Amino acid sequence: MLGLAADRLRADMNRLLSFLFHQGILDEQFLQLQQLQDETSPNFVSEVVNIYFHESEKLLRNLRSLLVDREFSDYNKMGIHLNQFMGSSSSIGAKRIRNVCLAFRAASDQNNRAGCLSALEVLEHEYCFLKNKLHELFQIQQQRVLAAGVRYPMQH
Amino acid sequence: MTMEEKLGGSNGEDGGRDRFPIGMRVLAVDDDPICLKVLENLLRKCQYHVTTTNQAITALKMLRENRNRYDLVISDVNMPDMDGFKLLELVGLEMDLPVIMLSAHSDTKLVMKGITHGACDYLLKPVRIEELKNIWQHVVRKKKPDSKDQINASNQDKSRGGTGETGPTSSSSDQKVSKKRKDQSEDEDEEGDDNGHEDPSTQKKSRVVWSVELHRKFVSAVNQLGLEKAVPKKILDLMNVDGLTRENVASHLQKYRLYLKRLSSVATQQANMVAALGSKDPSYLRMGSLDGFGDFRTLTGPGRISSASLSSYQPGGLFGRLNSSAALSLRGISSGVIQSGHSQTLNNPINGFGKIQPAVVPANQNQNGTLFQGIPTSINQLSQNKPTNHFGEFNRCNDPNAFGVATNFQDARVMVGGSSNTLPVSSGNPLLLQSNTQQTQHSGGAFGNQPSSLGVTSLNQEPFDMNVRGSSNFLDHGRCSENWQSAVQLSSFPSNALSASETFSHEQLPSNNLQESISWTSSHLSGSPLDLSSSMANPANLEDSRGNISQVGLNNNVIQNIDYTTKQQWGDSRHDYNGNMNNSFSRGDSLVPASGPMMDQSNVISDKMNDVSLFSQFSGDSTYVVPHLDGEKSAFDTKSRSNDDFLFETKPQNGFNQNSFEPLENIMMSMIKSDQNNETPLMDGEFGFDAYSLGSCI
Repeated sequence: MLGLAADRLRADMNRLLSFLFHQGILDEQFLQLQQLQDETSPNFVSEVVNIYFHESEKLLRNLRSLLVDREFSDYNKMGIHLNQFMGSSSSIGAKRIRNVCLAFRAASDQNNRAGCLSALEVLEHEYCFLKNKLHELFQIQQQRVLAAGVRYPMQH
Repeated sequence: MTMEEKLGGSNGEDGGRDRFPIGMRVLAVDDDPICLKVLENLLRKCQYHVTTTNQAITALKMLRENRNRYDLVISDVNMPDMDGFKLLELVGLEMDLPVIMLSAHSDTKLVMKGITHGACDYLLKPVRIEELKNIWQHVVRKKKPDSKDQINASNQDKSRGGTGETGPTSSSSDQKVSKKRKDQSEDEDEEGDDNGHEDPSTQKKSRVVWSVELHRKFVSAVNQLGLEKAVPKKILDLMNVDGLTRENVASHLQKYRLYLKRLSSVATQQANMVAALGSKDPSYLRMGSLDGFGDFRTLTGPGRISSASLSSYQPGGLFGRLNSSAALSLRGISSGVIQSGHSQTLNNPINGFGKIQPAVVPANQNQNGTLFQGIPTSINQLSQNKPTNHFGEFNRCNDPNAFGVATNFQDARVMVGGSSNTLPVSSGNPLLLQSNTQQTQHSGGAFGNQPSSLGVTSLNQEPFDMNVRGSSNFLDHGRCSENWQSAVQLSSFPSNALSASETFSHEQLPSNNLQESISWTSSHLSGSPLDLSSSMANPANLEDSRGNISQVGLNNNVIQNIDYTTKQQWGDSRHDYNGNMNNSFSRGDSLVPASGPMMDQSNVISDKMNDVSLFSQFSGDSTYVVPHLDGEKSAFDTKSRSNDDFLFETKPQNGFNQNSFEPLENIMMSMIKSDQNNETPLMDGEFGFDAYSLGSCI
């Protein structure tokens, strides 16, 4: 049973990845990140993604605090946060988040506060979703590592 | 290969240079840690030698320490401590290194701004490795005018150790170009062929430093010849400076011409403005009354600059013209500046601008630099603001800032600080140096450094250039008027994803069996040690990779935060998903995916509708409610249809959140807790969807 764990985990991982790519949640940039992971930087992807989570939560919080302020008028300041969020999201391949950011930017360009607010909500939602999925992914990968460490007398 | 490496001599510090572009030394600057890390690794993958920093100021410092340590600079456009364009200009002027701009924003105006500021290239995030594989071409291109012509032929020659040439240059690895370049160019001239060429990477690029003195000679030579008739060869002869090559002069001339062009175009605008504004002579005169040196140091009033500098400025037809236009514009500027002081949010540092001059003096001279430091931050925050922008740019400007100021008048540039450079051309070097030393001790706000850098002879080289660039920018900067409507075309509606993910989770649960679901949760716990340990390893990696970042604080900060974040994340996921969802930023689930059960068929529909609906959302459509999670297809359709009507309405969205939050929570809860598939229909549809679609992908 356990001997099949590695296969199943790999299948799980592939399925999750396929799902994420298929749904446009991730794009080729994420693949590029995976390719950058090698012996010299074995945890590259998870490191980058963790930094991304940390930074993004800060940025999202900033964006929200800016927008809920009644006297909000500084679209430029918001634009800076948004730009950074967009840059980092696209750098890890979070395609959908990046697209939402584009729409957010459009609303911001038009000084459309309500539009920005709704864009922010979608953004938060998307971010949460991505975070969950990436957690799953990392978790599966860890399980794979564990499973790979198990030695069985019979080869599959 | 190894033999060449040895012959390459100086290349001891980076051994791979002979195998250019392998080993090309890149300095990467980006305040976003994610992009920086990714970029660094991408560059490493291209076999470049990478140094990173997240602060533009640090980058400048590193570059100034040893210009020859880097071949190429990649810099982000939006950085908090310094505008990327400013850094670009400074690097181009001081070090003449190729600079590539990087941004998440591909606004045409920004790209144009990058080009006009002298960027070699403008890349859009996310950067792909294919693009990075080619960036070495900019190094080669840059080197071409510097080296002799023959070089071109054998430039890329990897086998070339550039023995002859790099010998002398490498030995005197420090700049102070002129002598070296002289030797180098002489050698090249004599040898006259391939031997001379050093690979661009090996050539210790001795860059010409356009000191005030040098520039003055240059300008006088140009004036003598007349701008139109000025050719590099003649200028070179007239200047009669050792070690200067025709190419140096040529490139400098080009920049100078650009500067003048910008100046003249802006000057006309200024004249108009001035005419419209009337005069604020008193302030102008007052400012002008300060003596030269005082002006030099305090530099707030454009009037001061102009009067002092212009008067002492070298005569020349060209400058005569500039003088007059500048004088006109200066008047306008002073008034504009004062006005702008009120209108800007930068009021704090600029309060009572008219009175600011005395205040600025101490600020400038002290190293408290509170004024400066206050300004940069505010400026940076408002970097998109035109006034702010100008302000920042103005700081950079030198005296011919008087001209620059004129140009920026339209946007009510505030001129503070940058003035220190004002008299680069007019005043003697001693003044310049004096102010420089003062500035250099500046505690190091972005602007603090700039005056010092400007003071540094190298920078003053191109006061005109900087002004010109500065002036042209402000018109466009921060103006994002384009419509990103096209960007709204989302490929898939979030709802699909979420529902699919729900099913996916469902699918996972049953397939994994209950035990697995339990183990899944527990694996969160068990996994966490691993994750934490890996995150422990992260700091080490981070430190290594970021060893070059001078901000140690950042390093520690990042590392600790990562650890914390990791723990945090695992902690969160220990709870059910509601924990995550309940985060403040998870309220975005207002956009609850609607089309659960109807995923298959409705995908097509929803894809189409999504664009519309999503955009309508952002347009403030309050009535568009994501169809209820239980997926009433009819409701979805009607709502979607009604969305078209509301497409461009801008209603406030209040109740938007409430409705959809519950269902999502329900879903999540049911997902976590469900033993059975209470959403069997969902499951089947999803499962089937997943299996088939994903299976086809695998």
